[in-house]
Amino acid sequence: MKMLSKILKKQITSTIIALLFGFLVAAIVLAIAGYNPGQAFGALFKGMLSKPKYISNVIIKATPIILTGLSVAFAFKTGLFNIGAEGQYVAGSIAAVLVGVKLNLPAVIQVPLVVLAGVLGGMVFGSVVGFLKAKFGIHEVITSIMLNWISLYLSNFIVSSQAYHLPNSTSTYPVNESSYTMILPKWKTSDAGMAALKPNKWLYEMMLKTDVNVGIVIAILMAVVIWVLLYRSNKGYELRAVGFNRDAAEFAGINVNRNIVQAMLIAGALSGLAGALSITGIAPHKISTLAAFENYGFNGLSVAMIAGSSPIGCVFAGLLFGGLLYGGQSVQQEVGAPTEIINIMIGTIVFFVALTKVVPALAERLEKRGVGHAQ
Amino acid sequence: MKKIVALLLASVMAVSATACSNSSTTSSAASQATSAAESQAEASSTAAKTDFKVAMVTDTGGVNDQSFNQSSWEGLQQFEKDTGAKVSYTESKQESDYATNLDKAADDGNKLIWGIGFAMADAITNAAKANPDINYAIIDNSYENTPSNVTGVVFRAQEPSFLVGYIAGKTTKTNKVGFVGGIKGVVIDQFEFGYRAGVAYAAKELGKTITVDSQYAESFSDSAKGKAIASKMYSNGCDIVFHAAGNVGVGVIEAAKEAKKLVIGVDKDQSYLAPENVLTSAMKLVNKAIELVSKDALEGKQIGGKTYDYGLTEDAVGIPEKHDLMSDETYNAAIALEQKIKDKTITPPANEQDFKTFEASLK
Amino acid sequence: MEVSKEYAVQMHGITKLFGTFRALDNVNLDVKKGSIHAILGENGAGKSTLMNVLYGLYQADAGEIYLNGEKVVIKNPNVAIEHGIGMVHQHFMLVDNFTVTQNIILGTEVTSRFGVLDMKKAREEILNIVKKYGLEVDPDAKIEDISVGMQQRVEILKALYRGAEILILDEPTAVLTPQEIEELISIMHSLIEDGKTIIIITHKLKEIKASSDVCTIIRRGQYIDTVPVADVDEEELATKMVGHAVKLVVDKTPAKPGDVVFEIDHLTVKDDRGLEAVKDLSLKVRKGEIVGIAGVDGNGQKELVEAITCLTRSESGTIKINGTEIQNTTPRNVIEHKVSTIHEDRQRRGLVLPFTVAENMVIEKYRTPEFKRHGMQNREKAQEYTKKLIQDYDIRPAGCENQPVRGLSGGNQQKVIIAREVSNDPDLLIAVQPTRGLDVGAIEYVHKTLVRERDAGKAILLISLELDEVMNVSDTIDVIYDGTIVAEYKQGEVDENTIGLLMAGGKQNENAVQNT
Repeated sequence: MKMLSKILKKQITSTIIALLFGFLVAAIVLAIAGYNPGQAFGALFKGMLSKPKYISNVIIKATPIILTGLSVAFAFKTGLFNIGAEGQYVAGSIAAVLVGVKLNLPAVIQVPLVVLAGVLGGMVFGSVVGFLKAKFGIHEVITSIMLNWISLYLSNFIVSSQAYHLPNSTSTYPVNESSYTMILPKWKTSDAGMAALKPNKWLYEMMLKTDVNVGIVIAILMAVVIWVLLYRSNKGYELRAVGFNRDAAEFAGINVNRNIVQAMLIAGALSGLAGALSITGIAPHKISTLAAFENYGFNGLSVAMIAGSSPIGCVFAGLLFGGLLYGGQSVQQEVGAPTEIINIMIGTIVFFVALTKVVPALAERLEKRGVGHAQ
Repeated sequence: MKKIVALLLASVMAVSATACSNSSTTSSAASQATSAAESQAEASSTAAKTDFKVAMVTDTGGVNDQSFNQSSWEGLQQFEKDTGAKVSYTESKQESDYATNLDKAADDGNKLIWGIGFAMADAITNAAKANPDINYAIIDNSYENTPSNVTGVVFRAQEPSFLVGYIAGKTTKTNKVGFVGGIKGVVIDQFEFGYRAGVAYAAKELGKTITVDSQYAESFSDSAKGKAIASKMYSNGCDIVFHAAGNVGVGVIEAAKEAKKLVIGVDKDQSYLAPENVLTSAMKLVNKAIELVSKDALEGKQIGGKTYDYGLTEDAVGIPEKHDLMSDETYNAAIALEQKIKDKTITPPANEQDFKTFEASLK
Repeated sequence: MEVSKEYAVQMHGITKLFGTFRALDNVNLDVKKGSIHAILGENGAGKSTLMNVLYGLYQADAGEIYLNGEKVVIKNPNVAIEHGIGMVHQHFMLVDNFTVTQNIILGTEVTSRFGVLDMKKAREEILNIVKKYGLEVDPDAKIEDISVGMQQRVEILKALYRGAEILILDEPTAVLTPQEIEELISIMHSLIEDGKTIIIITHKLKEIKASSDVCTIIRRGQYIDTVPVADVDEEELATKMVGHAVKLVVDKTPAKPGDVVFEIDHLTVKDDRGLEAVKDLSLKVRKGEIVGIAGVDGNGQKELVEAITCLTRSESGTIKINGTEIQNTTPRNVIEHKVSTIHEDRQRRGLVLPFTVAENMVIEKYRTPEFKRHGMQNREKAQEYTKKLIQDYDIRPAGCENQPVRGLSGGNQQKVIIAREVSNDPDLLIAVQPTRGLDVGAIEYVHKTLVRERDAGKAILLISLELDEVMNVSDTIDVIYDGTIVAEYKQGEVDENTIGLLMAGGKQNENAVQNT
């Protein structure tokens, strides 16, 4: 009994239970809607894992949401709710396109410049939110929702501007090839590259059929960097102190306002990085007219929540989330079930993770009952 | 936000499903079993007919967009019913989904894969290059150099637009009509300038001046904006507004309802949205084109490497027969015009330049 | 004890569990009709829990309740009110911009025919009660315009208006001046003369002696004893409450003040609403001296502390530490000028509750070269440092350096703050309400620490709402009223009554106003 309640109190346990509940609810919904849940889940996992290129695609899809998830998780640890990750992501992609289309330098200079532009784009959007909060006390949720829309329309404005609009399309010009962050994009399609890859079927499929890029390496690296920043650095100590108890931090001589701005700056940079890496790393390497948000940032909110705002957890939550999104397409194709069902499943998982407090409470009740029995 | 919608949908589905199934678990299980059995039976019977598989990948609008994605899926479903081929669809949520969705469709053993919308043009050519033995087709796009396994499908939307423009010109009492576009581009230009030409043609016939107020919503989804623009147009004296703006048009029709003015629908016969206000519609029957091209492919015809250009002649565009809100005379005159377009005595303009030439020729 | 009609309240074998924690374990309470019965215990002993069970806010896991010899089940406060039980909570539940009458009838509005509110009738009834017990409350005054002591009487009125025969007072004297306390005690006596029964929860021994007939002592959820108050002295009560002998008087030698370390000159500070809360205030603190500021809550103490620590702006005047002006700088600058503050609100300002003890220990030091390495935290150093302080200050549980400070008891949380602030080796130590919410044992410890630091040559500024504390610990006693220091005495030169009068706004040497 003690063992059980101990296990139940662990956060990872409640997350796994939440996952199971998510699948259960999705199964019920599938069954009610007249689809075979077993078949649907079969298609889901087959579509995620059955081929090397699928796994590769899961990782590619996960990369931006790991980063936006990190952005949200980091802000959360510093006491801020960064619902603006979406806008910061869009800002990052805009900035990357602005630079990547106009400049055409050797890749060694071009790639860092384009990515840095994206990071700066996200930073600007993030710091505006931080500044308004620090200076005027305007709640970050309000300003970031506003900025999300501003980013969306700014993006559409850039798409329709003379300088960037690709004629006869709804998009901008793609960024120059020297900005690409795929692994060996030219070589792999060349005859020599094909010949070299051919013997290894796995590698051949992964490399040629998907946009294998360096994004995931950067995302994992950032997760580690953010962890070290939060838990080992002096800055992180300040940021967390402000996040947990602003009043005590202020009383202890920590500059609360500066920390709020810095926290939003870093959070914005992470989302901006996600936007930039999407532009440089995956087709179509450009921005198009947006009718609605593409949800990279909002999915980041879910990722951060599933991860319990742990930076390292974001990597796994992002992979899971990316897998569900990508695998969900197969469910639609094979079983014909609408993607809404996948969204319901993801929604349910997030819902139950948000309710994780229930699980430790359950553990407590178990303990109490144990005491009752002892009497 | 989307997730909330999904959850709502789910609850609605759950409610309606339980309502249908007498709310007893055994019966619902039974009905499930029978439906499963049915689908199996269906699957085996179609397998007997043909193993031809067709898939489509939507653009980011999704399959329930009330517009060409939905229309395309309806076409494919009709195709399945007629021929017994197996059809499926995948929705794209993000631009980067195009490539991966096309890739999955290829893995799934499809012989023909549709890309809906010109936004997918590059993704289609890339996929076609990677899978030379699969046919690809794309709606609303023609390539300069069409690969041998790619088929472009375009519509002469200027033709029905010309007809509705003519009807608007004949019907207007204020001598002022409106046009609401989504986002400016080649496809919407067909609608706008076809329409303008039709209005000008009617004006000349009647010997008066009719002005066209044209505005863009810069969106295909923001119906509130559509409503705002149209309301403004009506209060500025327009009595008929034509829209080619996807979901934005829903707002335009709403505005017409509120102002009790006339509106012209697009893509399909939209009179069901407001029977008292929808004068006519410029129909662009994507479903028809999908059916036709898919059938050609099923029958083993060579469809790749070229572009199908659909217009009035192929019955893939047109205006609905129902014409309660206009005089028979006007309708008949429009039908007569339709014949002239088919004869090529009149060629409606598809862009600004052609329109200017056309306008000059009227004088 | 037999169940009998002579007793207004009898609670037998009451047990209450919170999870696995036994808040009350087989507690008995027998309250005679027409008596004032005190319940004495340290913080967290279970006094309030017991009363909340009686008032129906909690359900006991075991035990029975009898009222006037009848067994009752009290499911919720409404049932308690029906049985004639009234409770005055520590925090008043009044609507500020309503009149006294409106507040009292809230929830039990008397209506005449056609549902019209009969305010006249209600007002008359209230006036009757006011006269009967000498409450001296104006039924038409607005709550926001009357003093805290008056507000408390409104709460008592409210209970009486609802027909209370048994009145529970939860820590009623915490917010009152000595004069107001005396008045309260006389009201209590007039109530029992009328046959009412009063249960008073407190941990103040002196008040029990002054007011109560019988006292029940609870310690850590256990019933200890019930004694007639007349038969025991304060030391005995304290020993029973704590479980071992305690010293109630602070042991200290006369102060040997040195140079002036800290000086406030004509300071004016505005509060959140833009009103002047500190007005032209001046004071000095010397080396090796404890200056205590006595005053009723809300007379500018909060704003004074915030101005010193630079959490709020000073409008005019200067604050100097060792001759350097520090007003309107930053909290960090104040700390760097060797001012350490034990804040009254330890959970809001003093600690970051989710942080570990070690992380809390270094919250003012993490930025010093000693505790950082190239922008990284020097965690080993922080651990080592914390371990030593845990040992030096006897913070329990031992070895808690990596536990969240949230899990520590209130007393130990306070020790963490004291250890942190004192180990800063400050020139000026400001202690604001340093013993708030602590039990007798912990209070003794805090006072000893203050005296020890004084003897080590520190300047200490003590700000407290507990007059006893200021009187016992300070070498110099300042009285604050309406934002300014109205009087200053050396310890031993003044008695409690004089100070109490000054705290309430009375003039010096004007003994005529004093209430008896």
